Amino acid sequence: MAENIVNNDIIKEENLVYKKTDLLTDKSLSYCPGCGHGTAHRLVMEVVEELNAQDQTVGIAPVGCSVLAYEFMDIDMQQAAHGRAPALATAIKRLYPEKYVFTYQGDGDLAAIGTAETIHACNRGENITIIFVNNGIYGMTGGQMAPTTLPGMRSSTSPYGREVESMGAPMKMTELVAQLPGTYFVTRQAVHTPSAVRKAKKAIKKAFENQKLKKGLSFVEIVSNCNSGWKMTPVKSNEWMVDNMFPFYPIGDIKVPEE
Amino acid sequence: MAKVKGAIVVDIEKCKGCEVCIPACPTDVILLAEDVNGKGYHYAYMANPDACTGCANCAIVCPDGVITVYRKKVNS
Repeated sequence: MAENIVNNDIIKEENLVYKKTDLLTDKSLSYCPGCGHGTAHRLVMEVVEELNAQDQTVGIAPVGCSVLAYEFMDIDMQQAAHGRAPALATAIKRLYPEKYVFTYQGDGDLAAIGTAETIHACNRGENITIIFVNNGIYGMTGGQMAPTTLPGMRSSTSPYGREVESMGAPMKMTELVAQLPGTYFVTRQAVHTPSAVRKAKKAIKKAFENQKLKKGLSFVEIVSNCNSGWKMTPVKSNEWMVDNMFPFYPIGDIKVPEE
Repeated sequence: MAKVKGAIVVDIEKCKGCEVCIPACPTDVILLAEDVNGKGYHYAYMANPDACTGCANCAIVCPDGVITVYRKKVNS
């Protein structure tokens, strides 16, 4: 423990630069070490804190690794049936139009079982925010192939790599929903480096602020790692993500509202 | 000349030793400790505290939000 006692002149309240937001509870996150979900949770809560909207925000937790998001986010949360988070968010937003409503979903939830709900919520242009964490695999159930799994990528149900001929090509949900007239702001971000995290936070903040404009749905994809599912160390999985995921899922804004 | 010095405090029991903070640090301050915490993870600590500038990069990428950052101007 002695290593952590450093210069006591620096560690003082007035010199504080950064600490975990109070909107995350003190519970230990249930995610694997190095998982991007933790960073994504923190960014969403930091944005809610900056908007000063702790009591004005309703989050929808999905089914998947982030099913316990309501344990970690200290705001009003509702857990939805598998894939149905956008439908539930629609209902909550229509009942409470002044509240910030967001869904937090993984790729198995949003891009597989919940494809219909996602596309129709986007098409109707509900004034909600969708946070889509894409790691190209079903993490919670043991690393099975997801619709977003890359061609040739190994998973527990495609042990020789995904064959596009028999298993289909991966689905780019974010590009798909950008085609729909109901979406207002569509972007793809990542949380593997400090600069990427800062950009992702800006995008999430914009996506939340857009709800007040009532111009349509804001969709933020966060390309993340799944080091357990990919069978790599966290740092190696981030490097693999840069080399393999980013060429297929390029980072950047896809649909930006015209000024 | 005024110099900026920083320090980090790691919540040892919540650190999962994922090492994501280590490549994020521009001045190579952080390493994993030889010791383990209650869960059996090697936790992050300041191996080279003199080099820390308090940039908060490590805290920003930490998935579990266990790092608190302090920064102070010192006259050398």
